[in-house]
Amino acid sequence: METWDTKPSFVRSDLPLIDCDIHNRVPSLGTLYPYLPDFWVEYCSTSGFGGPEMGDYPGGAPTSALPDTKPEDGPPGSDLELLREQTLDFWEADYGILNCAYWVQTVHNEYLAAALATAANDWQVEHWLDQEPRLRASLVVSSQNPLTAAQEIERMGDHPGFVQVLLPVRSLMPYGKRHYDPIFEAAARHNLVVGIHYGGAAGIPPSPSGWFSTYLEEYAGAGQIFQAQVISLVTEGTFDRFPDLRVALIEGGFTWLASVMWRIDKEWRGLRHITPWIKRLPSEYMREHLRFTLQPMDAPPDPKQFLRMIGQLDSDDMLMFSTDYPHWQFDSPEEALPMGLPESLMKKILAENAREFYQL
Amino acid sequence: MKSTREKVPVIDTDIHNNLPSPESLHPYLSERWRKHQAMIGGRGHAGSNYPRGMPHAARHDAWPPSGLSPGADLAFMQEQLLDAWDFEYGVLNPLMGGSGLNLEYVAAIARAINDWQVEEWTTPEPRLKASIVVPYEDGELAAEEIHRRGEDPNFVQALLIARTDEPLGRRKYWKMYEAATQYDLPIGIHFGGTGAGPITGAGAPSYYIEDHGGMPQAFQTQVISLVCEGVFERFPTLKFVLIEGGFAWFPPLMWRLDQSWKKLKEEVPDLKKLPSEYMKEHFWLSSQPVEEPPKREYFDLLLEQLNARERLMFATDYPHWDFDAPDRAFPTSLAPDVKRRIMADNARELYKL
Amino acid sequence: MAKHVVATVDEIPPGERKIVELEGRSLGVFNIDGEFYAVRNICPHQGAPLCEGRLTGLLESDVPGEYKYTRKGEILRCVWHGWEFDIKTGQSWWNPAQKRVRKYPVEVEDGATVASGLQKGPYTAETYPVSVDQQYVVIDMPE
Repeated sequence: METWDTKPSFVRSDLPLIDCDIHNRVPSLGTLYPYLPDFWVEYCSTSGFGGPEMGDYPGGAPTSALPDTKPEDGPPGSDLELLREQTLDFWEADYGILNCAYWVQTVHNEYLAAALATAANDWQVEHWLDQEPRLRASLVVSSQNPLTAAQEIERMGDHPGFVQVLLPVRSLMPYGKRHYDPIFEAAARHNLVVGIHYGGAAGIPPSPSGWFSTYLEEYAGAGQIFQAQVISLVTEGTFDRFPDLRVALIEGGFTWLASVMWRIDKEWRGLRHITPWIKRLPSEYMREHLRFTLQPMDAPPDPKQFLRMIGQLDSDDMLMFSTDYPHWQFDSPEEALPMGLPESLMKKILAENAREFYQL
Repeated sequence: MKSTREKVPVIDTDIHNNLPSPESLHPYLSERWRKHQAMIGGRGHAGSNYPRGMPHAARHDAWPPSGLSPGADLAFMQEQLLDAWDFEYGVLNPLMGGSGLNLEYVAAIARAINDWQVEEWTTPEPRLKASIVVPYEDGELAAEEIHRRGEDPNFVQALLIARTDEPLGRRKYWKMYEAATQYDLPIGIHFGGTGAGPITGAGAPSYYIEDHGGMPQAFQTQVISLVCEGVFERFPTLKFVLIEGGFAWFPPLMWRLDQSWKKLKEEVPDLKKLPSEYMKEHFWLSSQPVEEPPKREYFDLLLEQLNARERLMFATDYPHWDFDAPDRAFPTSLAPDVKRRIMADNARELYKL
Repeated sequence: MAKHVVATVDEIPPGERKIVELEGRSLGVFNIDGEFYAVRNICPHQGAPLCEGRLTGLLESDVPGEYKYTRKGEILRCVWHGWEFDIKTGQSWWNPAQKRVRKYPVEVEDGATVASGLQKGPYTAETYPVSVDQQYVVIDMPE
């Protein structure tokens, strides 16, 4: 990345940094064959199946990949050497959290989906975690069937390299529904964060009003799906059932959060009797259980106003630094962090919040 | 709260009139559709049953002594709302008749509701202005109804419901926009509805609080779609009013769209400027339900980011339970000039009252 | 303290209420199982006539899906936005420390006391011809 020859001012030896959203990518279905049972290899290679749907990042869209992030062979994010150099080394990161957005949820054959998840996780251990001690990873799970997802969490949940279970923000049902309890139960028991990440293809429209025409709309519109998930998790009682559960909202923006806090708090005051298990203001659940990655930064143009927006969350603990590598979210490294942050808040956003949340 | 109690003119941009009974439309329906109404009635996207907190979603005190349902009794509405608060004008948004699966039936019902509104609401009570109910899932039928009522001074806007079958920027809706442009009629998008899929992009949630509190998701969808599909390049004078959608989500959406557009603008070459510029130019917002942040300064910043002085319009949502009272709606003290604009001037100008 | 006779006991049977005007203020007087309570008829939220709201019980839940319903008839739900208030304390459910409705002390006095009751202070009872056979609901209005 030749335009990135200058390091940003906040990359300093006295400032720890944790990148909470780095994408390692399964280069192709064939990559997983060594990790799949024979019958699934045969099925995959003779059925014309090409792997999960990957429409979340159209190949040529500028947002999908920073210039110069494509290795010689394979898609951006598929080569450890290049990723290490462009993320951990460049940002001098203490840790980088891998979010392998390999959406096995888009495969309706639940057992194939579960097998692909298992294979992807074994591949992550061998090709990423075993090779680079600064990396941590997220479990791929077939969350369309919470029972098989929970089995995979059971299988891998104690591996010290995995810190998170990754779910796509697009789901057939919102995650607060008890249908998903096995996933949250297993994640909480293994002390794993549940990360809800942009993307997925649940087979239903990505909005309450149908399908968008353009990728721009779908990408920018993802914020409202994150809102649905936040509201569901809080009002349907997920955090009452699993009081230790931590949920990260990844690549979904965050300046909308204050509006959701205010609105749902107001709703709850009048509608408490419908969900009586909610004993505190919904916004208090949000501050306690939710964290947000920084990119894409849906920030107002005026940096001072941006700081005031961050202040409206009434919490210094909720934001975690992320680059979203290899996706292109900012034009110069300096833009990866809001300008003018007070030193204490900058430290929290750069590393402390993530260190505590992911217990690194 | 003191300054908000000063007496200023009030225009209520969201009042719901209701039919006393389905038969109330008989005088305005042809024999064919009267029979259809009795035999089949309206059919919509079933499967979205969220039991509410209260019948008709109404204020407990909004049931008229006449025994009619809330919003169905003009005399009681006059007494409890228009006279009690001394409104200059009120805009009627009937929440019925605009959507359904049988589009011709929907068109007939929409026509009948509009005729009924003139006969039984805006003629006897000139402080009330009505919204044109249109069969909005068919752009051509909707345009027909706008042409029928576009020059009628009883009406001040065309009315859509926020959860539509498809995002409103899509071409199937454009004939309706063309017609609205012809009469310089704003288009109101009101809270509610059931589109062709679940009520969130993450599927069907469980509780009314998610249905009701999640409504901004549908509004965000519509704003994103209208802006990105180039509707405002095609119809440069078109105006939208976002009714009962809240408004604290609006500024963050401007920033998010701008941020994404800067990288992806080649996909939407019809757009000639930042998405936020279209949003600032083409959208007005009604106030109710006013978000209630824990600190006044948050609300003040929101009003500034929203350009509330020019674009926010007061609404009560009478007779519904989440009614905002004219003297107590805002959790801050509005400057006198801002207050005058929000409480009445913005609506007076937009609706040409 | 000015004492006001606002009703006969028979006028407000258990589970019922009466809305009264006292010193320019509107109050709701409630009979809960034979005990009388009075609260201001203005919701601290947006000024709705609170006391016209529905009476309900206290619905609680320790675990989502399990409902515990007690104190039926002791919770007042505001007529507009549904905020819940405990009639016995005036406290709101969601923020009992800060959001509360003004509560007034209520007593029941027999007719003899009311009729001869100058020792209890100045009664404002002009609308209530006092009979010694009756019992009366009396509200103490703070000065």
